Amino acid sequence: MANAIPVLEAIDQTLETKRRPPLDVVYEWVSTVDHKKIGLMYIAYALLFLLIGGFEAVLIRIQLAVPNNHFVSPQVFNRLFTMHGTTMVFFMGMPILFGFGNYLVPLMIGARDMAFPRLNAFSFWISAFGGLLLYFSYLGGDGLYGMGSAPDVGWFAYAPLTARIFSPGHSTDYWTLSLLLTGIGTTGTALNIMTTTICMRCKGMKLTRMPLFVWLMVVTSFLVFVAVSPLTAAQIMLTLDRYLGAHFFDTQAGGSAVLWMHFFWIFGHPEVYILVLPVFGFVSEIIPVFSRKAIFGYPAMVAASVAIGFISLSVWAHHMFTVGMGPAGNTFFVFSTMVISVPTGIKIFNWLGTLWGGKIIFKVPMMFCIAFLFQFLVAGLTGIMLSAAPFDWQLAGSYFLIAHFHYVLVGAIVTGLFGAFYYWYPKVTGRMMSETLGKWHFWLFIIGFHLTFDFMHLTGTLGMPRRIYTYEAGRGWEGLNLIIGIGALFQTVGTLIFVYNLVRSYYHGEIAGHDPWDAWTLEWATPSPPPAYNFAVEPTVRSRRPLWDLKHPEDQDENYE
Amino acid sequence: MLVLSVTLVIFLLVASLLLYVLIRYRQRPSDSEREPAQVYGSNQIELSWTVIPILIVVMLFLTTTRVILDTEAAPKPSSALDVTVVGHQFWWEYRYPKLGVVTANELHVPISDPAKPTPTYLSLSSADTDHSFWVPRLAGKTDLIPNRLNTMWIDPQKPGLYLGQCAQYCGTQHALMLLRVYAQSPEDFAAWIKQQQRPAEQNLSGNSAAAEGQTVFMHSACINCHTIAGTVASGRYGPDLTHVASRDTIASGPVKNTPENLRQWIADPNSMKPGVLMPSMHLNDHDLDVITAYLTTLH
Repeated sequence: MANAIPVLEAIDQTLETKRRPPLDVVYEWVSTVDHKKIGLMYIAYALLFLLIGGFEAVLIRIQLAVPNNHFVSPQVFNRLFTMHGTTMVFFMGMPILFGFGNYLVPLMIGARDMAFPRLNAFSFWISAFGGLLLYFSYLGGDGLYGMGSAPDVGWFAYAPLTARIFSPGHSTDYWTLSLLLTGIGTTGTALNIMTTTICMRCKGMKLTRMPLFVWLMVVTSFLVFVAVSPLTAAQIMLTLDRYLGAHFFDTQAGGSAVLWMHFFWIFGHPEVYILVLPVFGFVSEIIPVFSRKAIFGYPAMVAASVAIGFISLSVWAHHMFTVGMGPAGNTFFVFSTMVISVPTGIKIFNWLGTLWGGKIIFKVPMMFCIAFLFQFLVAGLTGIMLSAAPFDWQLAGSYFLIAHFHYVLVGAIVTGLFGAFYYWYPKVTGRMMSETLGKWHFWLFIIGFHLTFDFMHLTGTLGMPRRIYTYEAGRGWEGLNLIIGIGALFQTVGTLIFVYNLVRSYYHGEIAGHDPWDAWTLEWATPSPPPAYNFAVEPTVRSRRPLWDLKHPEDQDENYE
Repeated sequence: MLVLSVTLVIFLLVASLLLYVLIRYRQRPSDSEREPAQVYGSNQIELSWTVIPILIVVMLFLTTTRVILDTEAAPKPSSALDVTVVGHQFWWEYRYPKLGVVTANELHVPISDPAKPTPTYLSLSSADTDHSFWVPRLAGKTDLIPNRLNTMWIDPQKPGLYLGQCAQYCGTQHALMLLRVYAQSPEDFAAWIKQQQRPAEQNLSGNSAAAEGQTVFMHSACINCHTIAGTVASGRYGPDLTHVASRDTIASGPVKNTPENLRQWIADPNSMKPGVLMPSMHLNDHDLDVITAYLTTLH
């Protein structure tokens, strides 16, 4: 790797770790307002829910591996898919991405912490409580007549299935309240990220010199501001329906089921962009470093990201093509959804342009980013297929749709996240993760991913709808579902190897130093792990790649930007 | 088809470029320590890969709009058959308003001749939660939403049995709310309609078990949920049983309509479809036998 910068090497050598009494450590973490510790707590919490949500998925796939299976009852199955979706979106996806954002954004812009450290801590703890509340429903969801347990209304909880008559007990209320609380936490973090980015950039870091990851976190935060409110409002309305005699969504009394759908999807579609945009940020940081080239077309990347953010607010009813909105409504949403493919495609082409002419290094973080590129390409293309409403009329609500969105959620988002873990782990812990274990993780996971989700497209085109706890033999779905289940097992083993790698490398990983990947953004100018104050002296930057400028004084970026 | 071809071409193009780049520009051991040429962008290239996708999107949008209009704004021929579909947890109610027929779970429609089309127009609504009517080989799905009327049409041209199932999660037994659409020749369809228009057979003097079963049925709570035309049974909560013995399946598809299955269903519906809304009637064996004998006469 490149030569260490003398000042930073000196700082590295003066830092020491001493053993401290455990209670002190616990107190420090519970009361911390340091963005790095809060970020790590978000990530650890999300990893726990990744394992739980993944376990729920495995149970689902075992039940569906053969027709007419009796591994779990329909009631348990319906709770499993509801909890799997709710957990993965709200208690895995959101916290892990905001955890990375929390950790990295101040470091990348040369700041000492977030703008509102105590709000930051509050946001984490209220989100964490939300997750625990959701899972408490397994114990507490019974209600008056012993009905209910965990919620079983699906992760988007369509009305009027969520009305008291169709969902007695308290399971739906656990769903509503836990998400309401976690939404408060998400909004707080978004507020922090926006304010920090606008107000606390170091000297010389104009907005046009911020790392792309920071830009993407800003757009994500903007989406959070716009999108979370409709969900919160809808949940309050639902609770009013259930307990105070309101009839917003109560179709038996003239309310509207479609109204819930609009509210939910006005949140729900930007939500999936909230989940994917930070991962675009990861990939935009990692691919240049492992191609040894600057990102191709930085201004276009920023413009495309902002465009995606705005357009994503206008596409929501493509989740409702089968609801009977009529040709005018359907046509509008076909158009807006197809339009969003243009800036998204631009991003893929720019990543390709970054790789072109570079010197590509196939270390584990990069391998995950390359898998991301292929898989996100496919996900986007099946999305374009589904954006054609007549196509959607056949394949919405089927396993084709599940395959599409898991291609985005697992094939793009989780895959990119794995890359981010391997890339930034050395910065967080001071040690490298094992490349060997990483390669085992990569191949097992990717093979499993494709076994599961490639074949899942076929079950959908053969007519298999989603959310069914079993199916008859003779529809042509049996063999495919078995393969899908086997893929799930591969992914499980891969993920467990990853978790093992995380833990083992903490104790036995190779010492990383402050810049193991020879990268160019400010976080790599701090020791690994960074001290609580991040930067001893506020940095001054003159380009998008301040460390490139330091390492290549003869050919600085500022001459080209 | 156009959408599929366009996306396939885009995939092949971009994926092969990606593959090429990964092989051509991989780091080789012989590479010097020097960094490659730093290229920050290219206005021409970026402009072209913005404009070309916009053109592709416009083309896809226009063709898609045409299909949407052809489907949703198609003029309704006067010879179309009207069927009202009401979704229930977890069965399908079918009413043929102009023909005076009410049935459940098995939809019969005439096949259509392209020269003189006789499509079937379905009015879709729901008695409880959201459902969705999806028979893939006949049409895309349209949702059944309570307090809302949706319309769709099907136009089968080949006779046969078309399978599907509810495609919007509606509760515990969403998975077994199956669809069976029998597309029949115009003659067969007319014969079926005539049969369905008749009230239930009243004269059961030749079959003592069935006659006793009828008496038991009409004095049980069964009549509060089920209708048998021509008798006091006029409940609307459960499927119409006037011609139950003419159906191939019961329980909305998953159970074959045999006397043994019918008897077990009545004894304990939950044993065959756990979570179904029909309660077990806790009838004794004798009552079960005679009621089954009665229902099997209802062709």
